[in-house]
Amino acid sequence: MKAFTQLINSIEITNKTNAKIEALVRYFKTAEDKDKLWMIALFTGKRPSRPVKSSFMKAWCMEISKIPEWLFLESYSTVGDLGETLALLLPDPSNTIEKPVYEWMDELVQLKPKTEEEKKEYVLKAWNGLQPQERLIFNKLIGGSFRIGVSKKTLVNALAKLTNTDVNQLMHSIIGNWDINAITFNELLSGAHINYDNSKPYPFALAYSLEKELNELGTIEDWQIEYKWDGIRGQIVKRNDEIFIWSRGEELVTNQFPELIEAFQTWEGDFVIDGEILAIKDSSVLLFNDLQKRLNRKNISKKLLQEVPIGFYAYDIMEFHQQDLRETSLASRRIQLENLFENNTSTSVKLSETIYVQDWNELNAIRNESRKLNSEGLMLKQKSSTYHIGRKKGTWWKWKVDPLTIDVVMIYAQKGSGRRSSKYTDYTFAVKKEDQLVTIAKAYSGLTDAEITEISRWVTKNATEKFGPVRTVKPELVFEIAFEGIALSNRHKSGVALRFPRIKRWRRDKKVEEIDTIESVKDLIFKQ
Amino acid sequence: MKLIRFTNKGIYCIPGKFYLDPWYPVDYAIISHGHADHARWGMKHYLCHTLTKNIIKHRIGADISVETLNYNEPKTINGVKISFHPAGHIIGSCQIRLEYKGKVVVFSGDYKIKEDGLTTPFESVKCHEFITESTFGLPIYKWQPEHLLKAQIHDWIQMNLSNNRTSVFFGYSLGKSQRIMKLLEDFDEIYVHNAIHHINNAIETSGVALPKTIRLDGNFKKDDMKNKIVIMPPALLGSKLLKRIPNAATAICSGWMQIRGNRRWRGVDAGFVVSDHADWDGLLQAVKASEAEKVYVTHGSQASFSRYLNEIGIESEEVITEYGEEQINSEEKKTVAIAASK
Repeated sequence: MKAFTQLINSIEITNKTNAKIEALVRYFKTAEDKDKLWMIALFTGKRPSRPVKSSFMKAWCMEISKIPEWLFLESYSTVGDLGETLALLLPDPSNTIEKPVYEWMDELVQLKPKTEEEKKEYVLKAWNGLQPQERLIFNKLIGGSFRIGVSKKTLVNALAKLTNTDVNQLMHSIIGNWDINAITFNELLSGAHINYDNSKPYPFALAYSLEKELNELGTIEDWQIEYKWDGIRGQIVKRNDEIFIWSRGEELVTNQFPELIEAFQTWEGDFVIDGEILAIKDSSVLLFNDLQKRLNRKNISKKLLQEVPIGFYAYDIMEFHQQDLRETSLASRRIQLENLFENNTSTSVKLSETIYVQDWNELNAIRNESRKLNSEGLMLKQKSSTYHIGRKKGTWWKWKVDPLTIDVVMIYAQKGSGRRSSKYTDYTFAVKKEDQLVTIAKAYSGLTDAEITEISRWVTKNATEKFGPVRTVKPELVFEIAFEGIALSNRHKSGVALRFPRIKRWRRDKKVEEIDTIESVKDLIFKQ
Repeated sequence: MKLIRFTNKGIYCIPGKFYLDPWYPVDYAIISHGHADHARWGMKHYLCHTLTKNIIKHRIGADISVETLNYNEPKTINGVKISFHPAGHIIGSCQIRLEYKGKVVVFSGDYKIKEDGLTTPFESVKCHEFITESTFGLPIYKWQPEHLLKAQIHDWIQMNLSNNRTSVFFGYSLGKSQRIMKLLEDFDEIYVHNAIHHINNAIETSGVALPKTIRLDGNFKKDDMKNKIVIMPPALLGSKLLKRIPNAATAICSGWMQIRGNRRWRGVDAGFVVSDHADWDGLLQAVKASEAEKVYVTHGSQASFSRYLNEIGIESEEVITEYGEEQINSEEKKTVAIAASK
C-alpha cells in the first residue's frame, strides 16, 4: 500500500490540477495492475459497499485509545474527517503489515458478511499494523471519500496523458460496465468493454456574458432569444438504442437521471441534443439548491425522485440520424429540433421556448421578470450561428439578471470539510425582525483565504459555545450577500427562501444596526 | 492567601506586585520567553532569562530596562521567591516558579517536552498550582520522534535535489527557524532570511552556538539559489522574494501540519509536523509531574484540556489570556518588514 499512500500524499498536498495529474501518471506507470484498477474503481464510485459501519469504527477507536466520546467529537470537529480522526487518535502500531491495495480490498469484500466480532478483530489487527498515514488510507478503503480533489475528469486526464487515448472515450471506459476481476488495466483503457461510437459526445458550445448594448447586435429578427436556465448543462446522446448523458464538465452522468433515460428510451431515431438538466415539478423549474440534492448520489430514493423530479429543456441539436449538423445554421437546427419534438413527447422533456419581441427595448423587462421563473436571465444566439466549439465571442451571448443583495449579520459559524476543515468557513446569517434577529441564509463562498483565516480567529474568540461543530457568535460581523432570486416560503423561519445565496463581501464598514430588516428583504420579492 | 490573579493586563502576582507575560504595559514584567505574545512592548522593567535578553532587546528596543537570571538562580521581590526553570520551548524559554510563604505556583509559559538538541530540555517543577498552556491540547496531536522527523525532512530535500528544486522552509524567525536549522545541520549551505539572520545574531551574541547559516542576500541572482536550502518566516509565503527563487518546493514546519486540512489550506508542497509545544501526551505528562492541586489552563484548547483534566480527577480551570499564535503572526509580519527596511 506504500505506493498508494505516497500517491494520496502527493495529491492531497497540492491545489494544482497539473501536479495531481502528474502524480497519477507516475502511479499508473509503476503500480501493480490490480491496484491501478482499484484506484480507478475507488475514485469513480465503483467501490464495494462499506463492510464496516463507521459508528463501530468510532466506538472501537474510543475503546482502544481510552478517550471519552465528547473528546472524540471535539477531535473530529477539529480534523473534519472521520477516517483521519481515527488514524490520529489510535495508539502507535506495534507491528507492520504491508499488502497491496487489491489484497486489502479483496479482504474487505470478504469481510462484509462476517459478524461484528470478526470485523472488529480484523480492523483492530489492521490498525495495529499500520502507520497513521496508512491507517487513514485503510479507513478510506473501508468507506468514505478521500477528499483530495480528484474528480473523474482529473483521473481521465491522467489516463489520457499516459495512453494518448481520447479523454471522452476514457471517460466512457471507466464509467462503463466492467468487473474488476474480469478485466486488465490495458483492456479497460482500450475500451474493449464499451462501444465508444455510441457514446461519443461533442464539445459544448459556450457563450460569453453580453458586453455591448443590445442595439449594437443588429436587427432583433436575426437573433434567437431563450431563457437561460440554471441547472446542469447536459448533452443527450442516443445512438443504436443506447443513451448517454454527458455533463458540461465532460463527465458521464447517465445513471444520475433515471427519469431522462426512461423518457428518451421511447424516442425514435438517433440524435445528439444539447440542453439543461433541471429539477422540474408541476411544470415549474425548481431552484438549483433543489437540483443539487439529486447530484452525485449512488442511490436515489423513491422519496427524492418524487420530491425533486428531473426534467430536460432542449436548446439545440448537433446530430440527427448519424449526421453532424454543427456547421448548419442555428435556424435550421432549430427546425430540426422542433421536428424531433413533434414526433416524440415526454412530460419531462421540453423544448426550450423562444421569446419573440419586436424591439430590443422590450427585452429588458422580460429579463428582469425571468427571476420569477427561476431562470437566471436570457440567452441571445445569432440565427445564422454554427454550433461552435467552446467559448467564442460574437454569436452567442448570455445576458444574466443582476443579483440581488442585502446586508446581513453572521450568527453561527461552522468548520468546513476537506481543505477547509481547520477554518470556520460556513456561516449562517440573519436580518433584523423588530428587535430580534431571524436566520435568512447560509453561505460558504466568496471570501478570500486571508479573510476566512481572519474570521476564523474572530469566531474562536467570540464564540459562546466551547464544544461541538457549530459556534454561536456575537452578532457583529456584517456581510453583503448576493442571491439570484427570492420567494416566500413556509419552510423557512424567516418566511423567505433565497436562491443561490453567496457572500459578496465582508462589510467591515457596517455595524449590525445597519443590516437589512425582514421587511426590506420581503420588499425585494415584489420588486424583482 | 492567593498568590496570583488573572487580570485583563496579564497574570498578576499579588504579594510580589509584578506581572507574568503581561499584554498591557505595567511597571514590572517577568517574561517567560522572547515570543511576541509573551514579551511585549511597553513595560518599565523586564526580568527574563539571560539568553532572552538580547532577543527582546532586538525585538522590542535596545533601550529597555532588562534584568536577567539563569535557570535555578533565585531572586526575591516583595517576599516572593522567583526562579526560572527550563521550558524546552525555544532558546531561553522558562517556566516561572513563584514561592511565597510555603505556597508554590508555576507558570509554564510555552513548553515542549521533547528534546531538540538546541534548547535546554524541559524540567518538571513540583508546585501547588500549575498554569499550563494548551496549544495542542487534543489527543490528535502526537509528535513523532525527532529522528523520524529528521529522516522525513531529509528525504524531502533529497527528492527536491533530484528534481532540481530548491527547498524552502517556513518557520517563525525566533524558535522554529533555529529548530529547522538544527534539523538541517547535516547540510552544507543553509540560507536564512534577514529576519532570521538578525535573531540568530541576537542568540549567538549571548554565547549559544547555532548551526552555520548564510544570510540570504536580497539581491541574489536566479541561479545562485538553484538546488539550495532556504528558511524564511511564514509571512513570506506567496511573496515576491519567494517567487524569485527558481523552482522552489515549499514546506511549512508547524504542529498544525498534523491535520491534512491545514496542510492543504496553506497551498505549500509539504507540511512537516515540527512543533515547539508539548503534544497531548506531553501536556498530560507535565501536569501530572507537577503534582499540582490545581491546574489553570491557558491558550489553545483550554476548554477541552481543562474538562479532560477534571474528568481524570485533576482539578482544573480554564483561563482566557492574550497568548497564542495570532500575535506571533502579526509580529512576524512586523519583524519581516523591519528586517527588510534595515
